[in-house]
Amino acid sequence: MSSIETTPVSTDQAAGTAGTAASRVEELPLAKALNAGLRQALLDDPKVLLMGEDIGPLGGVFRVTEGLQAEFGDRVIDTPLAESGIIGTAIGLALRGYRPVIEIQFDGFIFPGFDQITTQLAKLTNRGQGAISMPIVIRVPYGGHIGAVEHHQESPEAYFAHTPGLRVVSPSTPNDAYWMIQEAIASNDPVMFFEPKSRYWPKGPVDFAGTAAPLHASRVVRVGTDVTLLAHGAMVSVLMQAAEIAAGEGVSVEVVDLRSLSPVDYGPILDSVAKTGRLIVAQEAHGFVSVGSEIAATVAERAFYSLQAPVLRVSGFDTPFPPAKLETVFLPDADRIMEAVDRVMAY
Amino acid sequence: MAETTPTVQFLSVEGEFAPTEAAEEYASYLDELGEDDLRRFYRQMSVVRRFDLEGTNLQRQGQMALWVPSHGQEAAQVGSASAARPQDHIFPSYREHAVGLVRGIDVLSIVELLRGNTHGGWDPTDPTNGNFHGYCLVIGSHTLHATGYAMGLQRDGLVGTGDDSVDAAVLAYFGDGATSQGDVSEAFVFSASSQTPNVFFLQNNQWAISVPVRVQSRTPLYLRSRGFGIPSVQIDGNDVLASYATTAKHLADARAGRGPQFIEALTYRVGAHTSSDDPTKYRSNAEEQFWIARDPIVRFGAYLRGLGEGDAFFEEVRVEAEDFAADIRSRTLALEAPPIGTIFDHVYSEPHPVMAEQKLWLERYEASFEAAEEDRS
Repeated sequence: MSSIETTPVSTDQAAGTAGTAASRVEELPLAKALNAGLRQALLDDPKVLLMGEDIGPLGGVFRVTEGLQAEFGDRVIDTPLAESGIIGTAIGLALRGYRPVIEIQFDGFIFPGFDQITTQLAKLTNRGQGAISMPIVIRVPYGGHIGAVEHHQESPEAYFAHTPGLRVVSPSTPNDAYWMIQEAIASNDPVMFFEPKSRYWPKGPVDFAGTAAPLHASRVVRVGTDVTLLAHGAMVSVLMQAAEIAAGEGVSVEVVDLRSLSPVDYGPILDSVAKTGRLIVAQEAHGFVSVGSEIAATVAERAFYSLQAPVLRVSGFDTPFPPAKLETVFLPDADRIMEAVDRVMAY
Repeated sequence: MAETTPTVQFLSVEGEFAPTEAAEEYASYLDELGEDDLRRFYRQMSVVRRFDLEGTNLQRQGQMALWVPSHGQEAAQVGSASAARPQDHIFPSYREHAVGLVRGIDVLSIVELLRGNTHGGWDPTDPTNGNFHGYCLVIGSHTLHATGYAMGLQRDGLVGTGDDSVDAAVLAYFGDGATSQGDVSEAFVFSASSQTPNVFFLQNNQWAISVPVRVQSRTPLYLRSRGFGIPSVQIDGNDVLASYATTAKHLADARAGRGPQFIEALTYRVGAHTSSDDPTKYRSNAEEQFWIARDPIVRFGAYLRGLGEGDAFFEEVRVEAEDFAADIRSRTLALEAPPIGTIFDHVYSEPHPVMAEQKLWLERYEASFEAAEEDRS
């Protein structure tokens, strides 16, 4: 018995995380950080299940679940190819006390499951008036910059942020990916977890001995004084590039990583705007009726006397995501951010 | 209007025990029934028929925005629900009032739901509610929830143990219109793939609001599941014994680990789809009369009389049904609107800043009117 009891501990140490508990920081790509976070969640709670297409022996098309079926057996489920079926059966499993974590293969393929997400998953807790919880995480690799075909590069976050009953988050760094996926799984509410697929491969530090920031906290990731730039997911790294360019031009930029799209943590955003008086919200998504539009409106309401310029949005165009050879035209880059910086600094 | 040829039938239209050939393999399941069970079937069918009439009356009198009649489908529902064991789980559509009654919910909660007091009604996690899960208004969606729940029973080791008090299955109800929904086909795919302990019980009541079943399918619906690898049977859904025996057998197969099962019960929605519907616009009186002549309660009553049941029993049931309806009426009239805060209280399981903020705003907004009233007086 004692050897069985110690198995999880020894396996944990063999996870490839470096050194002792005191210095467990390792450089990992975001995809591998997610893998480590999913693995930890599977170890922590026997009710956690992974479900999705090709997530078993293949490890998912982005290899985020690589090795997990070998380790956890039938708790990592290769499902039939039907998104409504995956989400609908996950709801049944959650009613039975399980905590399913679903992988949607690509952003543009979530829509066959849209009905189950919006009419059932998002509403069952309210329908049950306290008797029912829906601890389901839906992982969605989203966004462009990977040169893929139609339906593989989209940013559908706003549909879900618009739906009461869902929580919507998106990590921008490997460290956040590792911690936020575990927090999302521990949540008793359904969480849409948007993974910036263009950031799956660059490495960043993951502090395995650290502590998780609250799942729904926004965070200042670069301090500045002249203008606030706000984004989530892959766009945060674009803002950091723009901030460097701006510094070279004598403009001090503060960057806020949104992290949670629903609910939005307005505290750090309003504090930043109180200091800079200028806000630019950036996103890969279409601008019309977007999360960025919502934040712009709220900041205009709550920080009216701090603002020295209109809140600007830098978004994908209100067109379908274009063929890959034109994606760099569609996606906001550092130059498009700087164009907006120039405009707000002109006030 | 075609004469249907039920595959499994024990009682003739006149109420005589005359099993069809296809019924023979199910006959042994009737051995489990005693006289009290038969009387209970009649009592429950009669009570829910009267409850349904009271629901219609209360709707007409403005007590509910909507009523969903179950008239005509009592045998399909009482027979199948009575075959389920306490540990089984039921996923209804939204017309399964008799199933809810058999499983022990207070059917006043159906009134509360249709009156607009709640979206949920009863608490499916309360053991006194017989594992009767919530109504689902998006057609066919719940068949996937039933499949996922059955996957959970498998994982929990509650299938195929051979222990009758442990092995469990999931019984899902849906209608002929639902068979056209992708979710029902996906439920067949997932349940066949995982060999889940599901019994899919289709009440083919011939009409999806105003559209006849022939628009949904060119082939008999019981054939639908076979391409998915799910065995199926067609039954006379207006024969409570056929409904009971076939469901008992297929639930037993599902509990034993023999995978999902499919039953098509041929029945008829004698009433309107809902109180907002007008069946005279799309179907004939002759068709309605054809089915009224096959009324499940009249038929089973004739069978019981043949067994020697006398007037006293039928009078007792009539009075019980009247009392039941009167109780529903008085409790309906006493229902009060829910507190306004409940809009926000259960949108999420965990604290949520937007819910807290908007609830506080609404409370202050409402209080501002009270303050203005006090100023004026």
